[in-house]
Amino acid sequence: MKFFEFIGQYVLFLRGLFSRPEKFRVFKKQLMLEMENIGLGSFGIVSLISTFTGAVSTIQIGYQLVSGLVPEYLIGRIVRDSNILEFSPTVTCLVLAGKVGSSIASEIGTMKVTEQVDALEIMGVNSANYLVLPKIFAGLFTIPLLVIYAMFLSLLGGALSGMMSGIINLDFFVKGLRADFIPFSVTFSMIKAFTFAFIITSVSSFHGYKTEGGALEVGQSSTKAVVYSCMGIIFFDYIISELFLKR
Amino acid sequence: MIRLDHINKGWGEKKVLTDISATFYQGKCNFVIGASGSGKSVLMKCMVGLLEVDSGVIQYGGKDFVSLDYEQKKEIRKEIGMLFQGTALFDSLNVEDNVAFPLRMFTKLTPSEIIERVNFCLKRVSLDNVNKLFPSAISGGMKKRVGIARAIALNPKYLFCDEPNSGLDPLTSRVIDELIMEITKEYNITTIINTHDMKSLFEMGENIVFIYKGRKEWEGRREDIRSSGNEQLLKFMKASEF
Ligand SMILES: Nc1ncnc2c1ncn2[C@@H]1O[C@H](COP(=O)(O)OP(=O)(O)OP(=O)(O)O)[C@@H](O)[C@H]1O
Ligand SMILES: [Mg+2]
Repeated sequence: MKFFEFIGQYVLFLRGLFSRPEKFRVFKKQLMLEMENIGLGSFGIVSLISTFTGAVSTIQIGYQLVSGLVPEYLIGRIVRDSNILEFSPTVTCLVLAGKVGSSIASEIGTMKVTEQVDALEIMGVNSANYLVLPKIFAGLFTIPLLVIYAMFLSLLGGALSGMMSGIINLDFFVKGLRADFIPFSVTFSMIKAFTFAFIITSVSSFHGYKTEGGALEVGQSSTKAVVYSCMGIIFFDYIISELFLKR
Repeated sequence: MIRLDHINKGWGEKKVLTDISATFYQGKCNFVIGASGSGKSVLMKCMVGLLEVDSGVIQYGGKDFVSLDYEQKKEIRKEIGMLFQGTALFDSLNVEDNVAFPLRMFTKLTPSEIIERVNFCLKRVSLDNVNKLFPSAISGGMKKRVGIARAIALNPKYLFCDEPNSGLDPLTSRVIDELIMEITKEYNITTIINTHDMKSLFEMGENIVFIYKGRKEWEGRREDIRSSGNEQLLKFMKASEF
C-alpha cells in the first residue's frame, strides 16, 4: 500500500514539473551549471570505475574460459559485450546514483527545510520546475555521454589488464572486439543510460523535495534517494533487457 | 488592504487556526502577536498561500486569493515580499545575486539596470561592500537586511515579516524595526509583522491582532491594549514587562 502511495506521489511530482520555464535565459544558466556539476564533476570517478571494471572483466572471463577448447579471442568478445551491454551503463549509473543522487537530494532537501523553496514560491516561481527540470535535462544530456566514455575506458582497461597479466595479447583482444559486433548493443546501452539518468535525477529530486524537518531529515532523504534510485536502476535494467535482448 | 474571513486550518485532528477574521491596512505596520506555538507563522503561510486553508476567505484588495488558480495566484505573489523567520536566503548565491534574483526572473531590465536596482535596495537597508559575499559569510543581522532588500526589490504592495528581529541584539532589532517602518511609509505598503517582541509592538504597531491558541482574542490599536480588559492579552503583556 505504501508502495503505491509512493508511486502516486512520484507521478504527481513529475506532472507538476513540466511547465514552461519562467525565463529561458535563467533556465539555460541553471542547465549549464547542473551539467557542470553532474557531468564534469563525475568525470574522475567514472574514469576510475570503468577502467577497473574493464580490467577485472578480462581477468575473470579469462579465468572462466581457461580450457584450451575455445579460441582465445573470444575473451575480447565477451569483455566487449558484457561491458557495453551491462557494466558500463549499469555500474556507472549505480555509482552516479550514489554521487549525483545524494547531492541532488541533500541540496534540494536543505533548501526545503531552510524555507528557500518557500521563498521561491512566494516570489511566484514554480520551485519544482526551477530547481528540478534543469537537473533532469542535465542528467539526460551528460550521463549518456559519461556512459559512452565509460565504454571506451572499460575496453581499454580490459585490453591493458589482458596484456599485463598475460591472459590475452592485444592482437587477439582486438580481434575479439571486432568479432560479430552488433551496433544495436550500443543503442541498447544508450536506452539504459537515458532511462537511468532520468531515474537518478528525478527520484533524487523527488526525495529532496519531500523533505520536511531539519538536518536529520535531509540526511535521511539523501539516503533514500540513493537507495530508491539504485532499486529503480536494477528494476529497469531487468525490464529493458527483457524487452530488447530476447532473441 | 488584506482581509481575512473565518480562516480555519488544522492537520488531522489538531486545529491550529480557528475562525480567524482580521483586517490589515495599507501604509501601516500591522502586527500579529501571540505566544510561541499560537499559530502566527501558520497564519502568515496561509495568507501567502504556502499552506492551504481548510476554509475561509483571504482577500487581497477585493480579490479572493483562496479561489484563484495557480497562475492567478502567481500574479498576486509577484506583489508580495516576504522576510522569513530564518531569512531563507539562497545559499548558493551571493548577496547581490540573491537580491537580483526576482529582478532577473520577472523583469526585462538589462544587467546594468538590475545591478543599479540591487545597489539601491542594498543601500536602502544600509549595506555596502557586501555584494560578493555569500550568506554563510555574513552575520544574522546582515542576513535579515539582505532578506528585506530582496523582499522589496520588486516594489511589493504587501510585505510579510515573520519575526523580523528574533535572534538579534536589541540595538540591531531596533534598526531593523525602523527600517521596516520607514519602508512601509515610504512606499505605502501593507506590512504584516509576526512577533512576540513587545518593544517593537509599542514602537511601531498601528493595528494589532492578538492570537491565543489559534483564535483571535483581540484586535485594535496599541493605545487601547491596556484598557482592553482582555485577560489573556493583559497576561501576555505583563509577562514581557520589565
Ligand atoms: N506542518 C505542520 N503539521 C502539523 N502541525 C503543524 C505544522 N506546522 C505547524 N504546526 C503546528 O501549528 C502550531 C503553530 O505553529 P506556528 O509555527 O504557527 O507557531 P508560531 O506562533 O509561529 O510560534 P513561534 O513564535 O515560535 O514562531 C504548532 O503547534 C505547530 O506544532
Ligand atoms: Mg513562527
